[in-house]
Amino acid sequence: MRSVHGARWTPWLYLAPALVLLGGLLVYPIYQLGLISFLEYTQAQVSGGEPTTFQGLANYQHLFSDSQFWQVLLATVLFAAACVVSTLLVGCALAVLLTRVRAVPRLALMLAALGAWATPAITGSTVWMFLFDPDFGPVNKTLGLGDFSWTYGRYSAFALVLLEVVWCSFPFVMVTVYAGIRAIPGEVLEAASLDGASQWRTWRSVMAPMLRPILVVVTIQSIIWDFKVFTQIYVMTNGGGIAGQNLVLNVYAYQKAFAGSEYSLGSAIGVVMLVILLAVTLVYLRLMRREGREL
Amino acid sequence: MNHPRTFAARTAVPLAALVLAATACAPGTSDNSGSADDEKSGTLRVWLFQEVNNAPKKQVVDETVTAFEKAHDGAKVKVEYIPVETRAEKIKAAFNDPKSAPDVIEYGNTDTAGYVKDGGLADVTKEFAAWDEAAQTDPTAKQSVTVDGKVYGAPYFVGVRALYYRTDVFEQLGVDVPKTQAELVATARKIHKVRPELYGLAVGGAYTYGAMPFIWANGGELADEKGDGYVSAIDSPAARKGIKAYTSLFGDTNCPAAKCAAMGGNDTVTAFAAGKAAMAIGGDFSHQAMEDGKVKGKYAVVPLPGVKAGEIAPAFAGGNNIGVLRSTSHRTLAVDLMKQLAGKDTQRELFAGMGFLPTYTDVRDEVAKKEPFVAPFVKTLGAGAKFVPASPAWAKIDASLVLPTMFQEIVSGRKDVKAASGDAARKMDDAFGAAG
Repeated sequence: MRSVHGARWTPWLYLAPALVLLGGLLVYPIYQLGLISFLEYTQAQVSGGEPTTFQGLANYQHLFSDSQFWQVLLATVLFAAACVVSTLLVGCALAVLLTRVRAVPRLALMLAALGAWATPAITGSTVWMFLFDPDFGPVNKTLGLGDFSWTYGRYSAFALVLLEVVWCSFPFVMVTVYAGIRAIPGEVLEAASLDGASQWRTWRSVMAPMLRPILVVVTIQSIIWDFKVFTQIYVMTNGGGIAGQNLVLNVYAYQKAFAGSEYSLGSAIGVVMLVILLAVTLVYLRLMRREGREL
Repeated sequence: MNHPRTFAARTAVPLAALVLAATACAPGTSDNSGSADDEKSGTLRVWLFQEVNNAPKKQVVDETVTAFEKAHDGAKVKVEYIPVETRAEKIKAAFNDPKSAPDVIEYGNTDTAGYVKDGGLADVTKEFAAWDEAAQTDPTAKQSVTVDGKVYGAPYFVGVRALYYRTDVFEQLGVDVPKTQAELVATARKIHKVRPELYGLAVGGAYTYGAMPFIWANGGELADEKGDGYVSAIDSPAARKGIKAYTSLFGDTNCPAAKCAAMGGNDTVTAFAAGKAAMAIGGDFSHQAMEDGKVKGKYAVVPLPGVKAGEIAPAFAGGNNIGVLRSTSHRTLAVDLMKQLAGKDTQRELFAGMGFLPTYTDVRDEVAKKEPFVAPFVKTLGAGAKFVPASPAWAKIDASLVLPTMFQEIVSGRKDVKAASGDAARKMDDAFGAAG
């Protein structure tokens, strides 16, 4: 009895340090986020000018009745989806390319990608803004666009930010997928080519299924990153674009929570984002399982 | 099988502890009630803004502080200069943690109502009324330290905007300095037509303080006082006329919307200083930028014209104040120091060193005689400058970009003046309503 009892608790004992850390670093902040979203909590409450009061779902009601919130949410979902698809396409294409070129160009491509990866988002965004500047930017000069302003139109501004986001996040996809491809046994690929499979067919029927676990991780990562884009939008569209046309949820939350000092409303937006991301991740994992493939 | 029970017993205690810990972890609220202490000696801490060229300011402040320490036995003053960009966070943090907060701060005058609501600033109505120098304080400056009839600080300096124009361009094209708002728009278009590389008048969709004079000159208001609070007046017919006049300056005839819709005040000043605009609405504080730019020696300043000839469009009275924190434990000393820092002598020297316009009408007239450059700005102030609503909601309206959004919606053709101003009014009223 005693030993069985001990055995039952032993794994938890080993897990305890990690659980305590996770609890402190993940659960507690989420708990605070959730708690604040049910309160009236603005600067006046923080600095003690007014008492903190419990508001129930009032912050959420306020949020859901705000038509701007729905517009921003829709824009965020579409923008993030476009970013994820583009990043995965570019990353996978370049990963395949990496396996097909000689050592020197491969090294060059790797270094270029690592450079983009290592560039802080603020620096990257600022440099892109300079490149696409209507008056002084080399891009407009090269393309002969005159003084076309990329940030004036809603779609051109989103497109510009999308390019920057893809540029700074494809390296992660590329490097991870490249490592995955390298781990595929050579015989499998050789067999495919002996059977006369085309490039596309090899990728579709041999490589992609074998890379599935890696692709899942990379996709979920990308969804989470791109849904939470902040710096690029904030810097490149000057805090949300003309008349707020390029707002995404994170920038919107920042505007509410910190610029407007409505911490409780900002928290409510944070909770909504958390729920959406959790749901997306769970549904995605579920779909994978239903297809009968364990990760 | 007493496993379940042991399990329950084992988990109950930690769970209970967790719940207890959780309830104790409500978000922080600091006790910012006014301090009961009023010590007559000790160290006073002061936060002033760090200016781009801070040396002359520091010299003036050091002299004031030395005199203050001599006059008050046992009092020491420690001055820190905080960066302007992060002032909002620093001052919020000071309100959140009274123990490490300063006693006296400099703050932007549009923040007054918000800081009062946050419970950060001390009410100095009595001391201000009894202060002899305050009698000459310009009424608009006094309004910028007043909330609900109570005074929360002393005005430190004012900043006001007027019309900068290129004397060489005007001479070359043979155009006159505009005397009315209609002439201003016509002149701007005329110049842009002949010299398309120049903006006639550089305007910005996010340049709220450049747009306000147009609204006020047409008899409009941002908001009207009603009962204890405010209601938006941005969609009144008079205000709409002003919005229409300002937004008519965007477009291919003067300042292309693709570039100008996103511009803020600094961008228009930069454009003028770099020689890319024939006119711009700039402040007395923009003088140095112009002197350092390409346009040095090729520009002059006049008050921004109103609707009729001879009228001056009311300008926004920007500027900073000096206030005492409610949490100070040296209230009497701190108020005395505030009076010294914002006193007539200090303001006279600050003007000499930094070019900050004094908040006392008599001192201002006196310095204008010595420095002809400030004459148009003093004249603008004399004609009656205006201020944003003294409501804590203003900080929120400002931060959520209600007015820039409105201007940008109009100049980008998304909405007409009526629809955009109606939406802006609704957002403003929401904010005023929430602020109570």
